[in-house]
Amino acid sequence: MTIAVIFLYLGLVMGIGFFSHRLFRNTGEDYFLASRNIGPFVLLMTLFGTNMTSFAILGASGEAYRQGIGVFALMASASAIVIPAIFFFVGTRLWRLGKRHGYLTQIQFIRDRYQSDLLGLLLFAALVALLIPYLLIGVMGAGLTFEQMTDGQIPYWAGSLLVCLVVFAYVTYSGMRGTSWVNTFQTLVFMGLGALAFVVILNKMGGLEAAMAQVAEARPELLVRGDNISITLLITYTLIPVSAGMFPHIFTHWLTARSAETFKTPIVFYPICMIVVWVPSVLIGVMGTVDFPDLQGPAANSVLVRMVDLHAPGVLGGLLAAGIFAAIMSSLDSQTLSLGNMFTQDIVRHYELRKMNESQQVLWGRLFVFVILAATFALSQVLDRSIFQLGIWSFTGFASLFPIVVAALYWKRSTKWGAFAALFATTGSWIYFFSQGSKTIAGTDIMAVTATMALSSAAMIVVSLLTQPPKPAVIQKFFED
Amino acid sequence: MRPLRYSLYAALLLLYLLHNDWWLRDNADLYLGLPAGLAYHALYCLATVALMAALTRYAWPFDREPGNGPEDEA
Repeated sequence: MTIAVIFLYLGLVMGIGFFSHRLFRNTGEDYFLASRNIGPFVLLMTLFGTNMTSFAILGASGEAYRQGIGVFALMASASAIVIPAIFFFVGTRLWRLGKRHGYLTQIQFIRDRYQSDLLGLLLFAALVALLIPYLLIGVMGAGLTFEQMTDGQIPYWAGSLLVCLVVFAYVTYSGMRGTSWVNTFQTLVFMGLGALAFVVILNKMGGLEAAMAQVAEARPELLVRGDNISITLLITYTLIPVSAGMFPHIFTHWLTARSAETFKTPIVFYPICMIVVWVPSVLIGVMGTVDFPDLQGPAANSVLVRMVDLHAPGVLGGLLAAGIFAAIMSSLDSQTLSLGNMFTQDIVRHYELRKMNESQQVLWGRLFVFVILAATFALSQVLDRSIFQLGIWSFTGFASLFPIVVAALYWKRSTKWGAFAALFATTGSWIYFFSQGSKTIAGTDIMAVTATMALSSAAMIVVSLLTQPPKPAVIQKFFED
Repeated sequence: MRPLRYSLYAALLLLYLLHNDWWLRDNADLYLGLPAGLAYHALYCLATVALMAALTRYAWPFDREPGNGPEDEA
């Protein structure tokens, strides 16, 4: 039954992607940015769905199982304020500049703003390097989920391959419009099915208060933040969601907006989406300690699947699997498409490796999507699964590069040398902390991202002030208001 | 509009600071069936919705931007 529901769901996803192809215009702007014509609701769903990986569903409940309800403050409510604020202060301005000057990628904006080809190339390399682990997490998560939910009937390699093939089919065929439509559907699916699973489990446990009473008896420490999450960790962890401001796939989605007004819906309603997905995930994780008290290490991440299996087996199990795939694919498709866009625009087109017309841009984009997915699948089969831990390092790197974009938008005096310095400071400090093997600083609870972001910001400020200001024509172009 | 805009920016900063709920660290009471720490942060998200709604209404920087008219929403 589970397998049938999953295949039905994957078929539905491809159907939506193919249906959207009816509106396809064979241009680079349409393939990569849906002709900059995405409306408010679809933008909300795509931005939220793209940011929510399988981690939000499986990882959140696993973390709550280990650390208790404090996980919501650590990972959800921090994002609920930081990410809409980034949409408001950064996303809308980048959209306006993108529309005004015809940008298709982040690198085009940075190259133009700081008048440096080399800076664009180095930043391109950094963004691609940071995005690869993120892509791998999605593909590996898909393989593991398939294996787990079908009791090994669909092995890891087949599950990973299947998800790559489905994403490849609708991303290459329908581009950004298909991706946005499918993301909207998938986001509604994982929000709806998550809520359904929560209600069913809650009913089986006798209601919310009864379930909390059982947890209070078995593991009372999980119902308070207590010592599980220190105040310094709570404060410094709020820098992790800043990474969303530098994700290439989020930037690309910003550019798809029909107008600045389109942003208002995502800015206002993003926190509601966080509540809908994360409150049930965290509570199911905590309640799982009653039924499954002995899950150790990574096994805790399976608590949600086990709870559904125990309290609502059968069709709901299959639907939940579909919801998990929805979360995985809604990130994977956007990441793949934005990388394809970057390789096409920032390398092939920028360096005129090939003269290309509009339809050739689409062709190159499709080719890169294929290469990226094939490479990700191949890597997912040979790399150690501890790569899951790289997620936090990926976010740390993106967040540390964010000062470059903020300075580009808000500080006229910022220079390309300041941007170079911020990039090098990020790279150096990131390598240092990564080599230390701890995501916090020297035995404290302070997240390493605090230091890497501080160094990046300081480098940007000091070196900009020590170097020649940008030319008036550049200032005029980017700050004419 | 400028004082209102800066008041809203200040409110955003204040809300960010209120994310750190040190006073609820060991509070195990239930509110609406939810543990105090979780209920607080769910309400915190709702407060963020209200503030973001105010920001988009009273501090929106694109009112005079060409291309933002209703005709572009069609």
